[in-house]
Amino acid sequence: MEAFLAHLIVFVLACFVGWQVIWRVTPALHTPLMSVTNAISGIILVGAIVAGGSGVLDLGGGLGLAAVFLAAINVVGGFLVTHRMLKLFRRK
Amino acid sequence: MIALAYIVAAVLFILSLKGLSTPATAKRGNWYGIVGMALAVGATLAWPGLRGYGGIAAAGLVGGAIGAVVALRIPMTALPEMVALLHSFVGLAATLVGLSTYHHGTHMGKVQLVEVFLGVAIGAITFTGSIVAFGKLRGLIGGKPLLFAGRHALNLALIAAAVALGAWFVAIPSAGGGAPAVPIYAAAVVAGLLGALVILAIGGADMPVVVSMLNSASGWAAAATGFVLGNDLLIITGALVGASGAILSIIMSRGMNRSLGSVLMGGFGEGEAGVAASPGSATAEALAKGVNVGDVETAVELLRNARNVVVVPGYGMAVAQAQHPTKQLVDLLEPLGVRVRFAIHPVAGRLPGHMNVLLAEADVPYDMVHEMDEINPDLPETDVVLVLGANDIVNPDALDKPGSPIYGMPILEVFRAKTVIVVKRSLNPGFSGIDNPLYYRDNTMMVFGDARAVTEAMVRELKGAPVQ
Repeated sequence: MEAFLAHLIVFVLACFVGWQVIWRVTPALHTPLMSVTNAISGIILVGAIVAGGSGVLDLGGGLGLAAVFLAAINVVGGFLVTHRMLKLFRRK
Repeated sequence: MIALAYIVAAVLFILSLKGLSTPATAKRGNWYGIVGMALAVGATLAWPGLRGYGGIAAAGLVGGAIGAVVALRIPMTALPEMVALLHSFVGLAATLVGLSTYHHGTHMGKVQLVEVFLGVAIGAITFTGSIVAFGKLRGLIGGKPLLFAGRHALNLALIAAAVALGAWFVAIPSAGGGAPAVPIYAAAVVAGLLGALVILAIGGADMPVVVSMLNSASGWAAAATGFVLGNDLLIITGALVGASGAILSIIMSRGMNRSLGSVLMGGFGEGEAGVAASPGSATAEALAKGVNVGDVETAVELLRNARNVVVVPGYGMAVAQAQHPTKQLVDLLEPLGVRVRFAIHPVAGRLPGHMNVLLAEADVPYDMVHEMDEINPDLPETDVVLVLGANDIVNPDALDKPGSPIYGMPILEVFRAKTVIVVKRSLNPGFSGIDNPLYYRDNTMMVFGDARAVTEAMVRELKGAPVQ
């Protein structure tokens, strides 16, 4: 329970930071914001690696590796498409 | 060491989002994100006791390669679908990691079982909801909301069933002593069904809000996985993404004067308008209704002689791929002394900010593109407004017809301009299924046709070539 509370504090603070930062994002960049959040929510890759990295290919390990596959699509696809978009934005 | 790398990664992710405050710093922001991700993944691979590198490398490289190919090939018009699909992957990954943790877990406490349940359920809702949103955006599923009697009761029953399965999972150990498998898998199925049904009931007009809410849900799914694994980096990142999607949802629903609750209840909007009329029959119908119908030549004459022009793009511009000829049109007008600006409504298109990306792709500088609140005060002094494939976002009913479904929605008040040229395929109502009195006003001229065909004809006319 104590471990849970420690994580909960981190969670609440991070929500607060996100709330502060995101309101400053310019509306013109809302689509890149979505694709970059697509990419960083691929951070679940970290959890998937741990879940898939037991070394035995049992059911749990297989599910973890499937998650690694999906999260990797997100990370690479998200950052790359954001990069493509941002390259388009230029001043007069 | 791993903890340190995770802290740095978390800070880099925050900086990455902060970078998006201005177009000038955005590219650096994306790089912060990439470096943060590389650090986090690198540190995780150095985890003591981690085995099975071959499998991880294979799954990661194949997934990464697919992501790269999709990201490089996807046309900018199809971004809404890609974003929806990526949300679904986060959701499914959260469900899979939750189930995997359950299978590997020994002596899991009640708190951890609750976390596993939440991670699996939120992930499943995100997964199926996003798949349905993807189908709608891609046109695989019709935009019309799926409504049937007892829909709300069924959804409530599904929520109750999911909670009951969760309680079973946490409270009643299986014969073997561990938590039982049946309720957690059943909860995934029930939550998945709920996600699909809720999004199926939401009409096409609400898509920008839906995609934003699923963006948020994908963040909460990642955060829930962080709780399952006791991993603060996942918790922080998930919370950032969850907050981001929540803010976008708020901005989008404000842009439509709808509450998030009423969007979730579904049923708004008729979906795609019927088969488009041919320009000829559209003209005949419009003339019968007393609408001013003009041709390309007249429109170009108006644009050429204007001092101030504001272009209002809508989803019609995106589907017709009219952004490139529109940019050519602007380039031809500016040397004639015409000041051209673009005005973007917060919910134009089907994804927040989508119009800005499409205009940027057509090489329109971002300092020419303005938000609704910046342009509205200037509209009464504007000579010509050119509306390209937009409808509800310029509908004056939102201001002065209390009975209208869109009453109260903020609009671009283009009817205040001296002249409004509306390029549209027909008088058919758009997504919301509502007629638009703008088309019947004296200072409005309709030019019927596909936005691309019309803007291309305008370019030819301006260059002095004969109009076809």
